[in-house]
Amino acid sequence: MTALLRTEGVRKAYGGVHALDSCTVEIDEGSVAGLIGPNGSGKTTLFNVITGYAKADAGQVYLADKRITNIAPEKVFAHGIGRTFQLTRIFASLTVLENMLVASKHGGAAARSRAMEQLEFVGIAGHHAALAGTLSYGQRKLLELAYVLVSDPAVILLDEPAGGVNLSLVNHITDRIRELNAAGKTFLIVEHNMEFVMGLCDRVTVLDSGAVVAAGPPAIIRTDRRVLNAYLGDDLADDDPHPGEQA
Amino acid sequence: MKADTVKAEEATARTRAASVSRQRVVAGLALIVLAVAAIEFPLVFSSPVVTNYAIYALIFVAAVSAWNLFSGFSGYISLGHAVFFGSGAYTVGIAARDWHVNGVAVFALLPLAAAVGAVIAVPFGLVALRVRRHTFIVITIAVFFIFQLMAYNFSFTGGSVGVSAPFLPWSPTSFNDHFYYITLACAAGTIVIAFLIRRARFGLQLRAIRDDEDRARGLGVHAMRVKLSAFVLSGTITALVGGVWFLYLTQVQPPSGFDPLFDLSLVLMAFLGGLGTIAGPVLGALIIEPGQLYLTIKYTNGYLSEILLGVLFLVIVLFVPRGLVPTAGEWIRRLRTRGRPASGTVSPATSAPPAPPEASEAPAREARTT
Repeated sequence: MTALLRTEGVRKAYGGVHALDSCTVEIDEGSVAGLIGPNGSGKTTLFNVITGYAKADAGQVYLADKRITNIAPEKVFAHGIGRTFQLTRIFASLTVLENMLVASKHGGAAARSRAMEQLEFVGIAGHHAALAGTLSYGQRKLLELAYVLVSDPAVILLDEPAGGVNLSLVNHITDRIRELNAAGKTFLIVEHNMEFVMGLCDRVTVLDSGAVVAAGPPAIIRTDRRVLNAYLGDDLADDDPHPGEQA
Repeated sequence: MKADTVKAEEATARTRAASVSRQRVVAGLALIVLAVAAIEFPLVFSSPVVTNYAIYALIFVAAVSAWNLFSGFSGYISLGHAVFFGSGAYTVGIAARDWHVNGVAVFALLPLAAAVGAVIAVPFGLVALRVRRHTFIVITIAVFFIFQLMAYNFSFTGGSVGVSAPFLPWSPTSFNDHFYYITLACAAGTIVIAFLIRRARFGLQLRAIRDDEDRARGLGVHAMRVKLSAFVLSGTITALVGGVWFLYLTQVQPPSGFDPLFDLSLVLMAFLGGLGTIAGPVLGALIIEPGQLYLTIKYTNGYLSEILLGVLFLVIVLFVPRGLVPTAGEWIRRLRTRGRPASGTVSPATSAPPAPPEASEAPAREARTT
């Protein structure tokens, strides 16, 4: 497979804190990639740099060999990268359907029809006329996923899709991701739920202190010593071979 | 069992569709009644004192609707729209004076006033809209004072004396009637434009910006372009309305053309009626402007109306922060749904698959804190 999304040596600092340090990540086309690491390791910062919400101090971001470093979020979206946020960000005073139409490239009946299709796909079509602010947290997660899908992006970045929701909904989201992936969508997922990541992702990249410490299939990452060190520290890592279950 | 559910859903959908149709018919009839009343108003109330109130009210209906289609929809509160209002007034006055335009031909200068408003709005917006919310407000105030100072100090604006309008060949008895219908057309046109924008994709993008501008950008909304377009359109209409106001008042001076109370009045009208709605600012203007005018005429102490406006603003913020129209709408909805199972605003007409299992979860606010 070829890398559809690639970051090369990305650096980002906030004052004296190096959030990303020469971070190089490759996401293969058609894959479900995971991005894990302890809190503060730079996962969300990397998402922000890729999607134009934060400017990289150095390094490059490529989408299918097209350089998209430091371009505005609306342009990143137009290039085919959609993302969700760790804490859902919806348009609370708009209806669910209107939220979907904000993300549509065009208006009209066709856009509404496609929006309804996506709402049905994630399972909240019945709420299309409700104000988005009245939805539960789980429903908001689904709405975010739905309105990212409405413009048919090539790559979807999900920031903690399983965070703060119950097991049934986690399974529901997992099923939706698998279906989309089977249809050719590429995913990059930040998640602390290791069962979710290890069960879903083809390849996992581990960040620590802004740098990539390991990358590979879940089975290898699970027992990688550098990963254990990142999560548990050098001393404790000797005692626990399953870091993800502690995260 | 499933067939029964489908039948029940179809029945609910039919009931809902019938209810929506009924609401549309009622709204349509109400609009027709309002339009007839507005057209007949000067025929019924022929006193110039009364029509003077109506003309000022309509000028502010147009101005606040224009303000609202930018500030109300986008959430960027402008306190600098007097820049457009005053510039429109001065444009008509200066052009009429320098080009010797007389009689009803001065109305042909109104498009020029609108164009000047648009030309000013572009650089104004490009600067002010680079910043968010509170800083934006401060910049609009700063630009406002720059324009007021320019009006005082440039020779072509007539300095503190200002500019007078040419004589209009209308009899004193018909003067107000003419202006009533002109301002009515301005108000109706602006309301229609605001209504169409709110329904359009452009309006949706503005409202998305109001809720979360960064998120809107991440979904492909060109926020700067959308905000600037709305700002320019709003400034254009306000300048045109300023031109009409000047011709009615027959003169403009720096403190009246560039009046800081103008923007405060617009904000108050929009907040009273309901910021971001179509009917709210209109209602606010129809309540506040005649009231303000009455107090100014009745009591020679010009500060009384300002003091009362300040008190009214506090009352609105404390007791009806969403404005009269949204609050009244909420009360009516509650009355109509009293005794029925709480369904919130969720449409009962759904053909969606069963809701995901989190539907009964704790509200989002609680989940966010975990």
